[in-house]
Amino acid sequence: MLNINTSANGSELTVTLEGRLDTTTAPSLETKLTQSLGGVSSLVFDMAALSYISSAGLRVLLSAQKTMNKQGDMVLRNVSDDVKEIFEVTGFTDILTIE
Amino acid sequence: MKELKLDAVTDNLPQVMSFVDEALEAADCPMKAQMQIDMAVEEIFVNVSSYAYAPGVGPVTVKIGIADDPRRAIIVFEDQGVPYDPLAKADPDVTLSAEERQVGGLGIFMVKKTMDDMSYVYENNSNILTLTKRL
Repeated sequence: MLNINTSANGSELTVTLEGRLDTTTAPSLETKLTQSLGGVSSLVFDMAALSYISSAGLRVLLSAQKTMNKQGDMVLRNVSDDVKEIFEVTGFTDILTIE
Repeated sequence: MKELKLDAVTDNLPQVMSFVDEALEAADCPMKAQMQIDMAVEEIFVNVSSYAYAPGVGPVTVKIGIADDPRRAIIVFEDQGVPYDPLAKADPDVTLSAEERQVGGLGIFMVKKTMDDMSYVYENNSNILTLTKRL
């Protein structure tokens, strides 16, 4: 179960994730991002309510990071310690900007 | 050990996760260990679903038990698909930049890094993968 809420402010897009970003829910985030990233120069993920992430979720974040490298920047906010540990073991802390 | 046998297809993932989470919650598993076990179970189940019987479909048995001294969760996956040892695969280079990163192989690597032990045997025409995580 994953709830995705987006709010746009000019060229800044904030994506709030709530629940689990896994094999079954990652495709819906991928679709949402594909539809929404045109013209966005600042992408912010609010992960305060994201309780879980698997490699399927990491894949979507990596793909979003690659897109944003070409058109602006991407930031992750309010990442929980458990999710942060997954970023650490996979080296994603070096790729992603975590505030 | 509790046991669940079902078709190895990604659509069955929620069923596998409920089976595992019920067992972990009954054992008062700490949240962090549960998240890591969930992740490991997901990665392995999705792997078996994607490759073991491709392009066909076949069964997988998932077992879970709790042992003491030290207290730990033991999860076993058994399938009769093509012999495949996930431990034999080289680890991905996790120091590369976003542009250079490949997404393949990350799942198994995450499992190796977060579980306390991971072992594989091929026996009786079955792939048997055992994960152990201290609670």
